[in-house]
Amino acid sequence: MGEELKVIVFGLANEEYGIEVEKVRTIERMMPITRVPKTPAFIKGVINLRGVVLPVIDLRGRFGLEESEATDSSRIIIVAVNDLEVGFIVDSANDVIDIDSDSIDTPPEVIGGIKAKYLHGVAKIGDSRLLIMLNLSEVLNKSEIIQLEQQEV
Amino acid sequence: MDMNAYLSMFIDESNDHLQSLNENLLKLESAPEDISIVQIIFRSAHTLKGMSATMGFEDLASLTHEMENVLDLVRNNKLKMDNFIFDTLFKGLDALESMVQDIIGGGTGKADVTAIVASLKAIVKGDYKKDAPSGKATSTSSAGSNDGSVLDQFQSSILLQSIEAGMAVFHIVVTVREDCVLKAARAYMVFDFLEHSGEIVKSSPSVQEIEQEKFDRSFTVFTIASISEDELRKGIESVSEIESAVITQLDRESLEQLGVASQGEPTASASFAAAQAVVDTGRSQTAAASAPAAQAAPAAAGANVSRTIRVDIDRLDTLMNLFSELLIDRVRLEQLASEVRRNDLTETVEHMSRVSSDLQNIVLKLRMVPVESVFNRFPRMVRDLAKSLDKKVDLILSGAETELDRTVIDEIGDPLVHLLRNSLDHGIEPIADRIAAGKSETGTVHLRAYHSGNHVFIEVEEDGRGINREKVKQIAIKNGVVTAEEAKRLTDSEVNMLIFAAGFSTADKISDISGRGVGLDVVKSKISSLGGHVTVESKEGKGTKFSIQLPLTLSIISAMLVKLGSEKYAIPLSSIVETGIVPREQIRKIHGNRMIDYRGSVIPLISLAQVLACTSFPEEEEQETEIVVIRKGDKIGAVTVDEFIGQSEIVLKTLGKYLTNIEAVSGATILGDGQVALIVDPNALIK
Repeated sequence: MGEELKVIVFGLANEEYGIEVEKVRTIERMMPITRVPKTPAFIKGVINLRGVVLPVIDLRGRFGLEESEATDSSRIIIVAVNDLEVGFIVDSANDVIDIDSDSIDTPPEVIGGIKAKYLHGVAKIGDSRLLIMLNLSEVLNKSEIIQLEQQEV
Repeated sequence: MDMNAYLSMFIDESNDHLQSLNENLLKLESAPEDISIVQIIFRSAHTLKGMSATMGFEDLASLTHEMENVLDLVRNNKLKMDNFIFDTLFKGLDALESMVQDIIGGGTGKADVTAIVASLKAIVKGDYKKDAPSGKATSTSSAGSNDGSVLDQFQSSILLQSIEAGMAVFHIVVTVREDCVLKAARAYMVFDFLEHSGEIVKSSPSVQEIEQEKFDRSFTVFTIASISEDELRKGIESVSEIESAVITQLDRESLEQLGVASQGEPTASASFAAAQAVVDTGRSQTAAASAPAAQAAPAAAGANVSRTIRVDIDRLDTLMNLFSELLIDRVRLEQLASEVRRNDLTETVEHMSRVSSDLQNIVLKLRMVPVESVFNRFPRMVRDLAKSLDKKVDLILSGAETELDRTVIDEIGDPLVHLLRNSLDHGIEPIADRIAAGKSETGTVHLRAYHSGNHVFIEVEEDGRGINREKVKQIAIKNGVVTAEEAKRLTDSEVNMLIFAAGFSTADKISDISGRGVGLDVVKSKISSLGGHVTVESKEGKGTKFSIQLPLTLSIISAMLVKLGSEKYAIPLSSIVETGIVPREQIRKIHGNRMIDYRGSVIPLISLAQVLACTSFPEEEEQETEIVVIRKGDKIGAVTVDEFIGQSEIVLKTLGKYLTNIEAVSGATILGDGQVALIVDPNALIK
């Protein structure tokens, strides 16, 4: 048996993803977002989270998936990694589960078009459920964002 | 015990004590006879020593201990402060400061202070004065207390001088009755009488100790009296509860018998003026010595009047954030109440509004700190600088109680150091030049702070030589800051501002323009980064005044809220010249750039929607365009917007670490409805 991990489960484009619970500050319903000019398209803008202005990233956009309109089940997950605080827009977030760190396998070469480096691994839960564990520091890697910006220009 | 838990407290308190030591030592330097100041210094040093020893910073503790030994002698009138002692104590303080700095930086606070310790020890022993025979000061310091025969060199020479001048000098031993209830009060009455009938040169035990009843039944006084022995006796014995007064008139021999006038001859043979000075010193010492004991207690109590509590600045920020949330809810509630139209609801909401606006004031005030915390390090700096430049300078502080936001306070120190250095180095003339110019040899530097409207002003003004405009112009032209043509058209105040230009800051260039401008460009950029301005006024031969205008707080600014389609933006009011409306046909195109005629000059028209890539504002369809005229330095431009919302006080927020260097956006704010609005950076709009 490995260590027990508590994981927040969220849905994105019909897949289930997980983030370690200690990296998640809160989960918010959708709220008004103020656009910030001249930023990559996946940065939706900034929100007012109880007096603190935080940037919000559309995770679909970040992973190059097709973006969709926000629905009632859409959530903003506020994460804090390496003293960066950022909100992720996800399709849904409704579960907290315990997983065994031993059950996390390294990610297969190709998964749903998302670059493998964003992924920390894939956890098998029960018989049929697969949970994709995110590598948050890669998702928030700023040097890549700068590259993306340069490509757009 | 884990000392780390107390480390931050130790550092804070050490800094406080060091500051207080510095301040009071400076005070003492200007009033060397005031023993009450020595008492305060001694207490601070003593506390510092105790704290350091507890925390295990042995070097700190031992250096403080040596300083304390010196101070102890001074406060007991066994040692007189002189320049050497002051310099040594200041050196000691500097060493203590660097040790504390080391501790702050995670070090152990160890430092090699043997030289200072040796000097301090020499002072205590008394053999630092080459001209004073060694051992003498030791006898004065160590013999001490009730042996009334001990006089120091000054005192004995005063007595000797007085005897030689034909005045009556008495040695009086006063004994109070055994059943005396108020010994100190009786002693005071005796002193009072003696002071009226002459000069008290020396008392043993010291006046302080007597007033604190630190004597047994008798005390000894050396006095130069203007009345006869009998009158003296009568006067003293008329004080009730005095048992006896043994009065001996002293002459040269008896003084020598007391073993104190052995080297009186050389001192006495010194010029009369010197002796006179000694008598004067003696007089003021007596006068000062009797008063301070009474003052010491209230002064000590007064020093700690403001009761404070240290709060982590992050917690205050959190409080501010939470509070702005509350304000947003308040706005929403007010809106709901006006819709629901229920009297009791409306009243409650109104009450809540009042309470929360009071709360808002308090919360904002929590971040305000008096500029004193910055100002109080300057007297020392000015003292040292004046000494090294061999100039005489008086620094006059005023308005130290003026409050500024903590963030501004932290940043304002360095610019002020630059300005003060500049004033002392280049403003105030050397003593000879001042006398030649018919000025007093001591230059005056005023450092003042005051409130005016929504701003705080800090001024550095000296009465030195002023700015030589012609030279400034020449240098500016030579360094390519301005062209010769431009220089001709500059007004006096514009020429003065040239010293803030970057081209002026390198040392070799300024040496020939009386050095004005060392690093002043740094000052200017720092102040503007704080949202303030620097101006300079100067009259040649009369002096120069630097004036810094600062916003009260960095976290709240006045801004104009504007709309672009569905989006709202804030433009800081400080860079707005005016607002207006321009009909479409007045917009011209020059080289493909849109321009408008503004008060006789053609200025560029900048589309905010274009800069911010805003798609919801179809600007081309507008028949009349709202414009905001903004200024960056001496450049002016007009920014087109969709609609004005109005002027408002906004709370500045950063966009966080993830979003940095967003073009033309300097931050964000939260509007009354809870939405985030971006703050436009006008400096980025005008290229």
